[in-house]
Order: sequence, then C-alpha cells, then structure tokens
Amino acid sequence: MSPALHSWRHAAIQTLPVMFGYLPLGAAFGVLYMQLGLPWWGAPLMSLFIYAGAGQFLAVTLLANHAGLVEVAVASFMLNSRHLFYGLSLLKRFRGAGWRKPYMIFSLTDETYSLLTSQARPQDAGVETHRLAARIGALNQLWWVLGTLLGTLAGATLNIDGRGLDFALTALFIVLTLEQAARLRQALPFLIALATGLGAILLLPERHLLLGAIGAASLLLLVHYRLHRQPQEART
Amino acid sequence: MSDLELLIFIGVCTLATFLTRVLPFVALSRQADHPLILHLGRYLPPAVMAILVIYALRDLTPWSAGQLNVSAQGVPLILASLAVVFLHLWRRNALLSIVGGTGLYMVLIQLVWP
Repeated sequence: MSPALHSWRHAAIQTLPVMFGYLPLGAAFGVLYMQLGLPWWGAPLMSLFIYAGAGQFLAVTLLANHAGLVEVAVASFMLNSRHLFYGLSLLKRFRGAGWRKPYMIFSLTDETYSLLTSQARPQDAGVETHRLAARIGALNQLWWVLGTLLGTLAGATLNIDGRGLDFALTALFIVLTLEQAARLRQALPFLIALATGLGAILLLPERHLLLGAIGAASLLLLVHYRLHRQPQEART
Repeated sequence: MSDLELLIFIGVCTLATFLTRVLPFVALSRQADHPLILHLGRYLPPAVMAILVIYALRDLTPWSAGQLNVSAQGVPLILASLAVVFLHLWRRNALLSIVGGTGLYMVLIQLVWP
C-alpha cells in the first residue's frame, strides 16, 4: 500500500464513528429538505457549503417559515456561535497549517472538533499532524454529503412519511449535552443554561429566544469570571 | 421561492456559519491565553448545548385541557427524550441514541397516537 493511501486509511478509521452518525443524520436532513418541495440540488449544495448539522436543520425550518435574510443570518450565526469557542482552543493547534488551514477551519463541526481534541496531543504540530487533521475534516464532510444525497434521493423517490424525523436534531442536542456534562463534571454551565433558557421562554418572543438565552448565559459567565478573579487579584 | 432566492439563502447561511468558525482565528489569535477567553471557552459550550436542548423542547406541553397530552408535543416528546438519555447513559453510542430516540418518536406520533 502506498504511503498516501495508508495515511488516508488511518484517517478514515478515525472517522468511522462520525460516518455512522453523519450518514443517517445527513439522510434525515435530505428527506426533511425534500418535504419543502424545493429543487433537489439545494440539499447537497447546503451540505457542501454550509456544512453544519444543526445549522442546516434550522435552515429547513427557516425556509419553511419564509424567514427574512437578516433573521436567517442572525439565527445561523447564533446557533453556530459555539464554534467561536471551538476555534479558541485550536488556535495553537492549527498554527502553521499553511494552505490546508482555511479548509480545516471551514470543516470544524462539533464532531470534527471532538475527534481533533480527543486525539493525543502531539508535542510538535508538524506537517503530518496538519495533514491528518485536514483529511479527517474532509472525510467527515464526505460522509455528510453522501448521507444528504441518499436522503434527497429517498425523499424524492419513496413516499416517506417524515413526520417526527426532525426529532433527530433534539436527540443530537441531548447527546452533545450529555457528552459535555461527562467531560466537564460541573453543574455551573447547566444551571446557567436552565435559568437563561427557561427565562427566555417565559419572557422573550419566539424569534429572540436563542439570541437572548445565549447572550444572557455569556453575561452570567462574565460576571462569574469577575467574581472569581477578584480574590486572586487582591492577593497579588 | 425562485432558484436565485434559494441560492442567496444558502449563501447567507454559508457566510454566517463560516464567520463563527473563522472569527477566533482572525480576531483573537493573540489573546488565545487570556484567562477570560479560557473561562468562556470552558463553560460556554456546555451552556449553549443545554440551551439548545431547552430550545428544541420549547413546545413541550405534557398537560393540556385537563388531561395528559398525547399529541406530538406531549407524551411522545417526553418518552423519546428519556429514551435518548437512557440509551446514551447505557451504551454511550451517539448513533444508537439518536436513531433509537428518533425512531421511537416517529412510531409514537405516526402509529401509536396518530
């Protein structure tokens, strides 16, 4: 086996769990999209260019509700704002990745992030590490696009009753929350989420729910940081 | 919706999504080690994830008109969500949890309580 093929295979094996998630989830997206009655090519195009699981499910909802473009931009940005903080922890890791870097940043989904951050930390992030990271990103996107195409095809040819399929997104969020809880083992962010999430539902109109809850959570964390820092600064 | 409108829609989503991924690399590359950034990087992702769960379940109404609500927003939503949690705590396999919970939800709203 040639070295190039060997290293692709090495990357592919690491992405297997993501493949098992992306193929059915991408297919679910494809089926859901086809229920809108829009041209079929929109689904694979979204998986090629937007490439965000939750973001694309949200996009289907926005398309169905004929949302305005400003609302679309704000909602997409807010829903994916967690990625801002993924990038922060990879600033050093991606340093010196050269021409691969733009694609590595573009393909930074929840799952790619968790694969990259759960790898053993290489001491020197050399060309080999960057190449592997880029291939993991590319393979993950390949599974996502393939799944989307399968779902688009199934949605167009079979008369699938897709009612309830959108629960896949809720399930995905529940799974990601459990994973975060297992990693962090602290109640603080979840208590903050409970307070701001329920508060937003009670106080805010539907379209500002996410923005309000995530904004309030960031503010609370900022306050928590200030209170937490004060004693340390007083000592020094 | 015309083809052009669909393309513009996809373009806007693409830009907004890419912006969230690229911003830290352009704007904050020098502040990577600032304690506030580390603090937010540690606590905001789990908080956002939990908010997304609450957001996804916002239509949940387990009780309506004086009795258990067995429509899509009631009992099926609760049962399917619990199934996802139990499956995930049991096997910790994301695919199994998502497919199992979604399958149960679809069966409940399409076949059990249509």
